[in-house]
Order: sequence, then structure tokens, then C-alpha cells
Amino acid sequence: MALDTLQRPKRKNPILRTRLPTLPPAARSRVALGLTAAAARGRFELQVCRDCGAVQYPPREVCHACLSERLVWRAQDGRGELLTESVLRHAQELFFRERVPWRVGIVRLDAGVNVIAYVHANVATAPVRVRVTAALDRAGQAVLVAVAAEGRTDLSDDAKLREMTCDPRFRKVLVTDGKSPVGQAVVRALAAAGADQLWVGEAEPWKTFAGFAALGDLPQVAIVPLDVTNGRSVRELAGEIGAKVDIVVNTADCHRTFGIAARRGIETAQLEMDVNYFGLLRLAQEFAPLLKARAADGRAGAIAWVNLLSIFALSNYPPHGTYSASKAAALSLSQALRAELRQAGLRVINLFPGPIDDDWDQLELPPKLSPDAVAAAVVAALKGSVEDVYPGDVAQDWLARHLDNSKALERELSEQAP
Amino acid sequence: MKATSKKTAAKAKTSKDKPRKGHPSKAEDGVHALLRGLVASGGVRLVDLTQTLSPDFPPIVLPPEMGQCRPFRMEEISRYDERGPAWYWNNLSFGEHTGTHFDAPIHWISGRDRPNNALDMLPIEHFIAPACVIDCSREAAVDADFLLTVGHLHAFEKRHGRIAAGSWVLMRTDWSKRTDPVAFQNLDETGQHTPGPDADCVRFLVEQRDVLGFGTETIGTDAGQAAHFKPPYPCHFTMHGAGKYGLQCLCNLDRLPPTGAVIVAAPLKILEGSGSPLRVFALLPGRQR
Amino acid sequence: MPARADYDDVVLAAPVTIPYARYSIRSAHWFLGRAVAELLAAAKIAKARIDGLAVASFTLSPDTAVGLTQHLGLTLRWLDHIPMGGASGIVSIRRAARAVESGDAEIVACIAGDTNHTDSFRRNTATFSQFAQDAVYPYGSGGPNASFAFLTAHYMRKFGAQPADFGKLCVAQRNNALQNPAALFKKPLTLDDYLDARMIADPLRLFDCVMPCAGAEAFLVMQRKTAAKLGLPFARLLGAIERHNAFPDDPIQDRGGWAMDCRELYDQAGLGPEDIDFLQTYDDYPVINVLQFEGLGFCRKGEGPDFIRANTFEAGGSFPLNTSGGQLSVGQAGAAGGHLGIVEAIRQLTGQTQGAAVEDARRGVVSGFGMINYDRGICSGAAVLAAA
Repeated sequence: MALDTLQRPKRKNPILRTRLPTLPPAARSRVALGLTAAAARGRFELQVCRDCGAVQYPPREVCHACLSERLVWRAQDGRGELLTESVLRHAQELFFRERVPWRVGIVRLDAGVNVIAYVHANVATAPVRVRVTAALDRAGQAVLVAVAAEGRTDLSDDAKLREMTCDPRFRKVLVTDGKSPVGQAVVRALAAAGADQLWVGEAEPWKTFAGFAALGDLPQVAIVPLDVTNGRSVRELAGEIGAKVDIVVNTADCHRTFGIAARRGIETAQLEMDVNYFGLLRLAQEFAPLLKARAADGRAGAIAWVNLLSIFALSNYPPHGTYSASKAAALSLSQALRAELRQAGLRVINLFPGPIDDDWDQLELPPKLSPDAVAAAVVAALKGSVEDVYPGDVAQDWLARHLDNSKALERELSEQAP
Repeated sequence: MKATSKKTAAKAKTSKDKPRKGHPSKAEDGVHALLRGLVASGGVRLVDLTQTLSPDFPPIVLPPEMGQCRPFRMEEISRYDERGPAWYWNNLSFGEHTGTHFDAPIHWISGRDRPNNALDMLPIEHFIAPACVIDCSREAAVDADFLLTVGHLHAFEKRHGRIAAGSWVLMRTDWSKRTDPVAFQNLDETGQHTPGPDADCVRFLVEQRDVLGFGTETIGTDAGQAAHFKPPYPCHFTMHGAGKYGLQCLCNLDRLPPTGAVIVAAPLKILEGSGSPLRVFALLPGRQR
Repeated sequence: MPARADYDDVVLAAPVTIPYARYSIRSAHWFLGRAVAELLAAAKIAKARIDGLAVASFTLSPDTAVGLTQHLGLTLRWLDHIPMGGASGIVSIRRAARAVESGDAEIVACIAGDTNHTDSFRRNTATFSQFAQDAVYPYGSGGPNASFAFLTAHYMRKFGAQPADFGKLCVAQRNNALQNPAALFKKPLTLDDYLDARMIADPLRLFDCVMPCAGAEAFLVMQRKTAAKLGLPFARLLGAIERHNAFPDDPIQDRGGWAMDCRELYDQAGLGPEDIDFLQTYDDYPVINVLQFEGLGFCRKGEGPDFIRANTFEAGGSFPLNTSGGQLSVGQAGAAGGHLGIVEAIRQLTGQTQGAAVEDARRGVVSGFGMINYDRGICSGAAVLAAA
């Protein structure tokens, strides 16, 4: 298999029927979903026995060496040797029939277990040293990929593995709010990443934001009216461009800085919910069916939906209490969206940044994320094979605390309530 | 037309008050006189002065840290489908001050203590009243910050007679023809730039002419830069402080005569309401075209 | 470890094959039921004489041997369901042998069979095992093709086997099958045909892979005196081994479980590999034949290629192998693939061959292998049978 850098796909012949998506086998035991949980965050983890140290694969309930049930998931460097390989040219599953031939092999990890893995085109013939990483396949489940032991590997450079990414190159992307500082940065970053077409949503055209007009100078950019609080606006835009959108990046965000007591009345909280939660619902109702119909549309079909959430969605930040709740509502809804889009092999990627260096996080202490850093995280997530992204130090910190003891995090955050 | 005196206006009866049996109230007399005059002219035609309530109509913009007036939104309940097979209907959401709307005195701090200052308490006789239409369209076309002054009022009265007490004074600017919402809002880094009355003009209309209220085609009765006037927002502060009303986002004022039109403007009967979108229309002598 | 008891006058009789079909609309119950019927006819016994049953099948679900027992109207005092794939036949023999020796059962029917619908193979491989579901199937490896491709590639690189070596085995087995009217493959196969065939999973080509089909194989296990009373021709059980999850630390499984217990097999049988007249291996892919040559003592580990080059494998050759054609040329009727060699061995040793006969066949080895649970076959076994 030769390396195959992503090329611009040919224009589609409109007479031909659009293919429908097929999926790789999605069934996994519960314990095997530990691999998926780690891969969702871009990590390759395996179970390790806390009593005897043995690494386990395939995932299991008790240690294969000492039968201990104290197995914990730990990050792996994936170094090992590709012992043997094959090129599969025949398959019964529709998904694989459509993708013959592809390369698989057995890697003996230095950690002491065998893994069956896809083999990237940048790996020389077995036997050879490799590095195994985890990726998400089109069914949203973790699979292992053996890549060259040294240097950086782009999954996009292998024609068979490319589908595990949502590379925006040559694709058409809708950025739902391109006016905010983060929205503008996302548009620029996607243009730089090679998106062919960027529809940039603008609500309230009578409000000018510095830098927004200049976005129109980018040749890929088309400013389109979009107010996610207005069902009619969402519907009309979907009617106009929805059948061409490959990636939706939902940057629409209403962020206010009130808890419960700090703001009487629910008007502000309603606005947050109308943008952050109901806005997502409106977008999903109008655009998701159109993306699903094109999930297998040749080499540049619909592929992903990105939501700009917040680390506050994970655990409420009481000084921005109603905002946190609206992002938590959006998170929950995005899980429903993920389940529905998964049927067509589409990926929902959620970003949970910590405080961003913008107006509404003005009083938050650093470290804060620049809009460019958030945008870079969006592009990296699309080019990688992940679905849950926690960009920046604060997000990583809160995530670690949440995973360690979510009640403790709740208490720690409540110490900041006015 | 019989003008209602300032005194009568101050003692306007609530809709609950009933005249003695067989005797019409003074306010009802006024309405009868208006209508008699129209009928006597040989015919009535109607002009709709209302912008369509649609999600695209821009709402008033306040600084983001303040509470915002909700733009008009429609959420479909069903449309002859599985959600409701034989019917179509929507749930609506909007602010009291969305679209073509009516301002009641309680809307402003200066009117908060006036009697009968909320929508459900306003005298129903006030919902039909004569209107004076002052044409500022040429001035507003060249100066978005054009201000109507006492001088302009004098010039108007010289040509068309004294502005009667109990009348609406409507400022025609043709601003409603700005169908692009960006042009309609006309915002820049220094704020909003739309025409309106200056503080002296408002004071004159209230103290010297005892008008019913002031109406504009723009998004507010006050000029876009009125935050900087003394007092700020005089058309709200002084008008509502005197128990007067406002009408905004009117259209088709260019189809009205300077005097002679009768305006029907009946806001929703909202408990303690400060304002509401409404249907505003004019009755004119003549035949409906 | 205490020495294992020899097999005390345990015999195998009544070799039965239910004809194979590429696809069938019937369920596994039909093939297994017909197998029991044919056993009764072959042995001229009433159904009630069968008091023990060992079943192997991939497509009996949701039934096991229990459902089948009622389905066939049997009343049993010994029942076993053996889920060990191609090792089930040998393991059935081991279980049934101890049962009839101890008097727990008198006549045990060892049956294996599967139906094959157009989607059977895909569905069976999709749910084959938890490890396969979690760590193999997601990579598009449906069924054992990939697993044996990995092994074949590894074996070729490590021990210098050439495609023509494996091809030689396939051609010889086809030659054997051409004399077997029951074989599904009727066309002769040349070495060029083999080498030029399309690649399925590098380096495996079309004729390296078995064809799944519907069918059944069966035989009876009983004490010698029972067979004599019934007047049944029989083959004697001299020795039998089984081993599961052998050599788990071998990175690639290039030696099978037989290697662990080979010596014990021949000790129990009281003879050596040189005394064997034929070998019926579990042959879903030619490379596993080679592991059986090595594991069962016919050559040393890694010497498979030389062994192949030095021998001929037709029924009349220097090393008769899979004399009915083996699964590769007869077809693989699911779990019956591991019983096919046993039934053929009984036929050879009792002079009831349907196809090519090994001249003066007195002793044979039958071998079983199965259950690629993840990256290696877990189950293996072998038996030494002798003529009466």
C-alpha cells in the first residue's frame, strides 16, 4: 500500500444515485468500551492489573495472569513489532466489501500482548517496529492502527484509514456563528486547513464585530444569514445550502455571567438556552437529516458535526451558573445527536474549552484560551480521530478532577460562588 | 372634530366605569364626533400602518449585559400533520416592544406612578384618536440623526392648523422603507442613528398641546442618539411621565394626510403590560382603493 | 502427574455422512436428525439403544444438544454439547470413550452438522466469541481467513515455505476428492490453477480456503463387545489427546497443542509416527496441515516444507493425507469439519471407503483443531485408531 495524500475529489455526477452509508461492526462488550472511552479523547489505553502488572488485551474482566479483578485502564505508548500481516481482499460485511483491499496485521506490543490492528501505508513490510495508536472507526468504536514507529503519522495519508478522520480539506463547512472572536478564528483556521467552502453564519447583521467584514475577503467564505434562535432562519438556510454541507461547526454561543441570585428573572437564562440548547436542537432538526443522506457521498461526503461546548458543561461553574446549565443541556442533547448521526457513520465532536480570552470571561483568571487556540483545537479534532476534546490547561485540569471525583469538583467549584 | 380638553383627558374613565344610563361619556362623545365626521365625508378608506410581525424584523438593541427585548419568534405546533392532522397553529414569543408596538406610561420610570398607566387599565376611548402626520422624509433622508424641533412644529401648524389635544403626533420619515434590517437599525460604533424629536419638542407637545402620544416609523419614539439628550430619551421620559403613549415601527405614514386621519391603535389587554405589538390602522375620508 | 488410563476396548463404528450442499433452507436439526437416522440404519439398532449423545454444531442456536434431544425424541443417560469447532470430534471421542468404558452409557452417538444459509457464515463469524467481536471482527476479518493468512505469512517467512509447498497439499487432496462421490469439488486442480488463483487474504489464495457448506458427519462409540454383538465393523481407539490454549506465550501460534502431548499419544497407543498408514488432519487451510505434521511427530518443527517436498499425499502416495479430499476439497459443513476425518478414518480402517482406499490401512491418526477465539486456535486434539 503506497502513501496516498488526500486529493481533491472529482465533481459528483448528479445522475448517479447517492450511496448510502454502511458501518463497520459496532458490537463491543462493555469492558471493551473502555478502549472507546479512551480513543474518544485521543488516547490509547489498555487494562493493567494492579496486582501483578500484566497488561491485558483483548479487554477482559479478570487478569489473564493472576485472575485479579483489579484492572485499570492506563495510557500506552503503543510501541511494538508488527509480526505478521495480510491484505484482506474479500469480506462478507458490506462496509468492508466496499473497501477491499485493506491491510491488517498482528503487533506484539512491548507491553507484552498481541493486538490485531489496521496497518498504515507508512509501515514497511513485517516484521518491523511500529507504534500502535487508537482511532475511532465510522461506527464510533475504537480500533487500533499500527503506524510508523518514528515521525508523525496522518491517518489522512492512508486511503483506507482516512475515513477515521473528518479532515476538513476539500470539504464544505458551515460555521454557525462566524462573528464572535472564536467564530472568526474557526473560519480562518478551517480556511487554512483547506476547506473548499465555508458558509459563515451571521445573526443580527445590524451588529458589527471587529474583524468580521474582513472574513468576506477569504475566497472560500460566503456570509449567510443564520440566527439559531429563529427556526425559520435555520430552515431557510438548510433549504439553501444544507444538501451541500459536509461539516457543521456549531460555534453559536450566548454566554452571560450570572448565577441564580445575581440576575432576577429568567430572561437572560432563556436567551442562553435559546442559543446554546434550542439553537442546537433547531440546527440538528434541519441539518442532521441532510448530512445523514450524504454520509457516504463519495470521497467528500458529509462527515462530522462539531459543537463548541464548554468545560462548564461538565460541572456547573456557579458564577456562570445559568450559562453552565445551558451548556450542560447542549451536552446532553449532543449525546442524542451523536446517537442519531452514528446510524449514518457521522461523528459528533464536542469541544469543552476552559475560559476563553473574550469579553464574557474577562474576570476569569488565566490561563485562558485565545480564540485561535480554540480554533486550532477544532481543526485538530477534525483531522484526528476523536470525539471529546478538552483544549487547554483549565479544561484538562477540570476533566482530571471530574474523572477522579466529580463530587469533589462540584465542591471545589462552589467555593467560587458569590 | 371636538377636541377633548386636558382636564377631561386627566379624568379619563377606566373601561370599568360606565356612564349613567342613557348618557354617553364625554370621551365617547369625542369618538362619535370623529366617526360622524368621517361618514359625513361620503366614505371611509383604511390604511394599514403596521409592519408584519416576522422573525426577521429587528428588535431594539441594548448593551449585551442588560436584559434584551425578545425578537418575534414562531414555533410551529402542527401543520396538518401527525402533530395535529387538521390544523395549523404556532406558539409565539416576543417582547412587549417587538415590531409595530404601543408604549404605555408604565414603560418608563417617569410614568411608574401615574394612574391607569398599564395596558389593562388604559381607557378604551384612547384607542381611536385623530392623528397629525408631520412629514420629515426629506430631512431624514439626508440626516439619519435629524431631530424634530419646536420650530418644525410651528411651521406645521402654520400650514395645517393647531395640533389638537388628544391627537397622535406621527413623525413621518419614510424610515419604514428601509427594508434591510441593517439600514433600519443604522448602528455604528457610536450607537444608533435614527431620527426623532428633541427634548423641547416633546415638552411642547405634552405641555402646550396635550397630545395623546407620539408615533414614529423607527425602532423607538426617541432618536437613536437620545441617550445623550437632556433628559435622556425625552420622548419616553417626558411623554410617559405625563401619561402619554408611544407608537413605533409604523409604516405607510406617507399615505396619510397631515391632518384628518383617525388612528385605531388598540394594544393587547396585558396584565400590568408596558406595551404590546398591535394592529394600527388609519381611517381616512374617501373610497377604499 | 498420574499416568492416564489406556482406552480399554473402546471402538468406533457406523461411519455416516449426510451429503453436503452449498446452501440449504433446512436448519441444523435436519442434518443432525438425519445423521442419527443413518446411524441407526447403519448399525441396525432401534433409536432407544442410543443412550448417549455428543453434539457439535454452530447453527443449532437457540438450541443446544438439549433442544436437539427432545427434537429427536431421544431419552439419554449421557449428553454433551461440545463447542470446540474442529476439535469437537476428537473431544467427543475422548468423552464418549470414558463414558462407555465406565458403563455410564452403552452406545454414544457422536454427531456434528450445520446448515448453511446464504448469510450463515457472516452471522456466525460476527458473533463467534467475545474477543473476536471486540478485537478481530471490527478490522474486517470475518472468519478465519485473516488469522490463517497471518500464520501462513509468518510460517513462510520463518521456515521458508513456498506457495508451491502448500499447493502440493491442496492438489493432492483434490486428487483424493476426485474419487469421492460425496465431495463438493469435482474439478481437477493443478498446481498452476492453485498458484494463479485470486488472492483472498495475502498470501492465501482461493484454493487455500475451505468452502462452508451444509452437511453432517457421525459415528458411534461403544465397547468392543457391544459392536461384536451387533455385528458391526469397527475401528479400535488406541490413544487420544486434547489440549486447549497451548503455548499462550508464543507470539504467533506456529506450533499447535499436539506438540505438548504428542509423546503421550503415541505412548498410549503403543506405537510411533512411523507406524501410521494415513493421517486425517483438520485442514481448513493448508498451513495448519503443516503444523499437524510437525506437532504429531511426522517431522520436526520448522521442517514442514522439507517434509512436503519429500512426500506424496494421495491415497496411494508415500504419506496418505485426507484421503476423502479433506475439508479443502469436500467442503466444510461447519462443526462437522472436525468429524470428517474421523468418519473417513473409520471407513479406511473398516474397508468401507467411498472413494480412494489406502492400501492395507491398519493404523491411522486423526487430528482436530478449532476455535480461533482471537489470535490463535484454542482447541486441539488427536487420536490414534487401528483396524479391528
